[in-house]
Amino acid sequence: MNLFGFFSRSQSAPAARERLQVLLAHERASAGDSDLVTKLRDEILKAISKHMQIDDEKVKVTMERGAQVSTLAVDIEIPFDAKKAA
Amino acid sequence: MGKVVVVTSGKGGVGKTTSSAALGAALAQNGDKVVVVDFDVGLRNLDLVMGAERRVVYDLVNVIQGEAKLSQALIRDKRVETLYLLPASQTRDKDNLTPEGVEKVIAALQNAFDWVICDSPAGIERGATLAMRHADIAIVVTNPEVSSVRDSDRIIGLLDSKTLKAENGERMEKHLLLTRYDPLRAERGDMLKVDDVLEILSIPLMGIIPESADVLRASNVGSPVTLADNRSAPALAYFDAARRLKGETLPITIPGEKRSFLGKIFGRKAA
Repeated sequence: MNLFGFFSRSQSAPAARERLQVLLAHERASAGDSDLVTKLRDEILKAISKHMQIDDEKVKVTMERGAQVSTLAVDIEIPFDAKKAA
Repeated sequence: MGKVVVVTSGKGGVGKTTSSAALGAALAQNGDKVVVVDFDVGLRNLDLVMGAERRVVYDLVNVIQGEAKLSQALIRDKRVETLYLLPASQTRDKDNLTPEGVEKVIAALQNAFDWVICDSPAGIERGATLAMRHADIAIVVTNPEVSSVRDSDRIIGLLDSKTLKAENGERMEKHLLLTRYDPLRAERGDMLKVDDVLEILSIPLMGIIPESADVLRASNVGSPVTLADNRSAPALAYFDAARRLKGETLPITIPGEKRSFLGKIFGRKAA
């Protein structure tokens, strides 16, 4: 290692900072309102199951958090032969 | 009515208990009536850090379960007469903390003290959520290190959702206390800087406690660092933090270690 190499030894703090920023942006989006999302998902499923049999796998609930508003997307696959639940 | 302050962090070992003891003592040294409550049921340590481990007879769980009166469980500090400690139980587990019981104890303490400082256990489970539940103000203790910052972010989320204030639609007052900070390493780029942590967590800074041998020395002898050596760098930082907690606006400084003239020259060179 030459003298310049010694002085320009890469700093580790910028890496820590970047890794945290990426990770936390992700965690805040997914975990932030997870309770609310879970609650909404469960109640939506309950409401739907009154009218038809549903497959848990066929329901997707996603939430995106923005600065001012968040959006909740519910994606439900309804088969043609959906029968009324007993 | 006294103010309820929770000292919390998510991660263990970042300085919650040290900070609870130091801030509690600093406020009491100023004449305020302070009680520091240990919520770490099963793994109590505040008594040891404050040098009262041999005086514990009754604890928080005894009071909650009606086996002792609050006045019997409170331990008055031998050095500062307005400083009290409510120890946690060492033999029982955290399931003995009930939300109703904690609420009653906090309410009673609020009537008798200016400050009720709740030293939270690590983690995000029952003990931690009950410690923060009734808080008016939260102090988030963070080390300039990735895992600590991440856990603090998580705790900030809980403070904004699981506390009484949050449930009532009020804003929880949150302050960052950055501990074990080493300005030299931060300057070299090998430790997250104050501004990095502030930018990531975006809550106001209430103090920077420098990494210092004085902290360990104080806990060795069972004394809050503000009492052990009130001119040491961490003590000065805690005194400033306590004043900010009381609402004063002070410029934030990073207290350096006291060094001799020669130490300064060689210390710089070594860096």
